[in-house]
Amino acid sequence: MKFVDEFREPHLITKAAEEIRRLADPKHHYRIMEVCGGHTHAIYRFGLKDILPENIELIHGPGCPVCVLPMGRIDDGLAIADDPNVIFAAFGDMMRVPGTQGSPLEHKARGKDVRIVYSPTDAIKLAQTNPEKHVVFFAIGFETTAPSTALTLLRAKSLGLKNFSVFCNHVTIIPAIRAILDSPDMRLDAFIGPGHCSTVIGCRPYEWIAQDQRKPIVVCGFEPLDLLQSIVMLLRQLRDGEAKVENQYKRVVPWEGNRAALKAMAQVFELRPYFEWRGLGFISQSALQIRKEFAAWNSEQRFTVPGVRVTDPKAAQCGEVLKGVLKPEQCKLFGKECSPEHPVGALMVSSEGSCAAYYNYQHRRALVPLTMSLSA
Amino acid sequence: MCLAIPGKIIEITTNDRSTALVDIMGVRRRVDLGLLAENAPVTGDWVLIHVGFAMSKISEADAQEQMRLLSMLGEAEAAVQEVTGYGLDDRPPTSQSKAGAHPAGS
Repeated sequence: MKFVDEFREPHLITKAAEEIRRLADPKHHYRIMEVCGGHTHAIYRFGLKDILPENIELIHGPGCPVCVLPMGRIDDGLAIADDPNVIFAAFGDMMRVPGTQGSPLEHKARGKDVRIVYSPTDAIKLAQTNPEKHVVFFAIGFETTAPSTALTLLRAKSLGLKNFSVFCNHVTIIPAIRAILDSPDMRLDAFIGPGHCSTVIGCRPYEWIAQDQRKPIVVCGFEPLDLLQSIVMLLRQLRDGEAKVENQYKRVVPWEGNRAALKAMAQVFELRPYFEWRGLGFISQSALQIRKEFAAWNSEQRFTVPGVRVTDPKAAQCGEVLKGVLKPEQCKLFGKECSPEHPVGALMVSSEGSCAAYYNYQHRRALVPLTMSLSA
Repeated sequence: MCLAIPGKIIEITTNDRSTALVDIMGVRRRVDLGLLAENAPVTGDWVLIHVGFAMSKISEADAQEQMRLLSMLGEAEAAVQEVTGYGLDDRPPTSQSKAGAHPAGS
């Protein structure tokens, strides 16, 4: 029990693992999607798949913000960065994501002023300390991150900052889940709901999944016990023929979400008519754009954005992996042309990407002892 | 862009209670409290931090577990690097925070 003992309440981990085995009907093959990339990472890192029965398959969902951004948006961003007057500020996660003309990091190597920031407010600070330049913040992320960008834009406006704008690529989680459920090649039994995204939006937005689609969904934390307990809750619902939204992550996620965050988002953003997602194509009302009251801080208003639409490299199957139709290792490039050192697609770059998670942990089987310790 | 890094509020640093000095895994940084406006934390509270903003209040036990989790996930170093990189500090950037110009995860 060495490894299990390293976690909180190890006896509960063992108990949950046993309960999953008891609840899983051996005649049924369960397909459960974890929507969030953070969960994908945790599942691989903790070797959780190894303690689940064979007939419980975890399908990795679209909740990795870096992964879902299509190459064209990176090209668009880098086209803005080409302006010699621009300082282009992006999160570290974006730096190695390839566009058709290379990644932001390669763009930097070509002499463009591309900087890493860890917080959108740092981009404001860059603008204040570089008044002769225009700072563009490359905003990405689901509802977890969008409120921070919203508060940053509110601050830029109240400061009257003239040399700062946001290239907004924020997306919303619900339309992505809807697109997955509408996809004809996808059969799913249940969902492990996002954790941190739900601290903002709460649990109510998932109700249609239970009510209309008859799929159980449990909002889940990131510890091994959280994931196992959520699977227990899903299996119980499936056994009882129920479909409801449950919140396993109550200690962080309020049912109603974070009203201050939602208010800031509503003030600054509105839904885009449509937005392109890697793998899922164009999804209507699936992303956020900056309201016209904030047009002065909207990079897409201030710069000519080419609106590049490019398909992923033909051989790469990022889209299928992102939709959960293919496993990472089933992609023809996995571990060969495409690796974390030389990523062809975004799923191999971000730690939340299922390819990187699979490559780093499953491939090397770095940390499987959860199983061993359970049977020990 | 670590998803959630725990930190303990050392001092509320602005009159409008919009930022706080937070101890995050041994690094002290200024963190934005704007997202907790309706549930304002006080000195001594623990919060989860995402891209420089406190996202939610958590218990100390949850915070401790989250820190262990980050280190088990192999993300503790990236988290500290990320936090060190927050420019919300009043002090001039140190050579360490400049070194934050490495891609995350490297």
